[in-house]
Amino acid sequence: MENQETKKNPEKIMNRRNFISATGAVAAGLCLPGLAGCSKKAFNKMLRKHFLEMTPEQIQEMLKDMEKENAEKYSKPGVTIDATPAMKGVQFAYALDISRCIGCRRCVHACVKENNQSRDPMIEWIRVLEFKKETAIDFAEANPYYCSPASVHEEANPPGHKSAITPEPFDPHVNATQKAILDNPLSQYPLYRPPTAAAPDSPCTVPQEGHFYVPVACQHCENPPCVKVCPAKATWKEEDGIVVIDYDWCIGCRYCMAACPYGARHFNWSEPKLSNEDLNPKMHYLGNRPRMRGVVEKCSFCIQRTRKGLYPACVEICPVGSRKFGNLLDPKSEIRYILEHKRVLILKNELATRPKFFYFYGI
Amino acid sequence: MINTSKFIALIGVFLSSLLLMPAYAADNGPMVSGGEEVRQTPPPPFSEGIFPCSGCHAGMDVNEKRRVLKDEHTNIILEHDAANRWCLDCHSAKNRDKLHLASGALIDFSESYRLCGQCHGPTYRDWKAGVHGKRVGSWNGPKSYFLCVHCHNPHSPRVKQVVPFPAPPAPVGKPFFLGGKK
Repeated sequence: MENQETKKNPEKIMNRRNFISATGAVAAGLCLPGLAGCSKKAFNKMLRKHFLEMTPEQIQEMLKDMEKENAEKYSKPGVTIDATPAMKGVQFAYALDISRCIGCRRCVHACVKENNQSRDPMIEWIRVLEFKKETAIDFAEANPYYCSPASVHEEANPPGHKSAITPEPFDPHVNATQKAILDNPLSQYPLYRPPTAAAPDSPCTVPQEGHFYVPVACQHCENPPCVKVCPAKATWKEEDGIVVIDYDWCIGCRYCMAACPYGARHFNWSEPKLSNEDLNPKMHYLGNRPRMRGVVEKCSFCIQRTRKGLYPACVEICPVGSRKFGNLLDPKSEIRYILEHKRVLILKNELATRPKFFYFYGI
Repeated sequence: MINTSKFIALIGVFLSSLLLMPAYAADNGPMVSGGEEVRQTPPPPFSEGIFPCSGCHAGMDVNEKRRVLKDEHTNIILEHDAANRWCLDCHSAKNRDKLHLASGALIDFSESYRLCGQCHGPTYRDWKAGVHGKRVGSWNGPKSYFLCVHCHNPHSPRVKQVVPFPAPPAPVGKPFFLGGKK
């Protein structure tokens, strides 16, 4: 039926782009020169093609505009936004050792710093769930708020204690470690600090006796339900397996959030707040460039780092080395070693989403 | 004609495999005399001013008698199979700036993983594969392997409890539809 109609009079079929181009042309006709917001750039932005349909030159032009825009907005030099494409023969996969994760949440905060998340309201792509050992992974029993100031105050915080986070006490062994690591030229993530042992009077410490910790972020499914439901084609799976979002095409309908069984997607309910100092100037178009109000965001495997051969920020920061990342197609990668030698599980196996984020028991 | 092109292709494959072989060998790391691989690691985490040990020990006689240390190194509490072990089981009495293996072979502090691997075999195997412990650098390029002692104090190896970073803001009060405030 539809096909016949298309054959008869193809010019009459109105899709989103035709519609926008038409309205754009009308608006351009009405627009008076010099009127605010009617610049050529603004029109180019509005009439832009989908990212996957753009030529490399168009992408470069767009990125240049975007770099300039952000450099002005954050008054920061050295802002770079690239669109490095997927490497050939690479399928990214992630593995996390739940027998070693101590629930220290350093990954959560490294991720926020690396990926330019809004600081107020706070958006965190990684959520560390605390489970009791006797209930195992039962999401109804998960506690993401362990050691929050409120719970600490109620349970263990003596009056007069200011915060759950006390300064890390002096420990000669670990400080020497810190120095050794910072001196190492291969340590490309200067945020890394080895944690020091908690003081005996710390109000809340991890790992808690009888508990274990499961950090959850985007699982980069092979069969991603979020991509299927997107009505705007604003999210898709790249050739290296990274599920990405084009924030400029996201219409904020949040269908993907409803479809994601892992709660990995987060919505910008208000204008994200990110200070000039906090902005990480090394950005990727499909990754950590600043978002706007009304769009969805999530983990991108640090696309701005991993496509250049670096480890994601969470891998670099993990103080116990429970996070592993690599190429699934490389038989010598640590990921393949884990899949071949360790007990591996995936979350919500029964949903057939086929995550590329594996949890394993390293012991 | 076809045979010639096949022949050229074969030669090409052969030559490229020759070219690739050294790269493959380099990937596994250079070998040392003991047949063990050397890995790029950050320098060992010595306490401030403690190394070289010979700085103090050079002029001292070695007392090989097992005892509790009272004058120096009193901050070291041995919680690592203390009933069966003491200083000179790992630290060399012959060369104070070295460690020694069970075989008596002397090794640098930067290769201490070989000493640990003598008892902790499966863990050592996983560490070499990059699965136990931490590596930083590049997932498809050079990596730096953290030594065992960067995370485990060799005298007290159990990983200590830490204070976690702040929790996400918890929802406050009852949900609106259950009679909570907007």
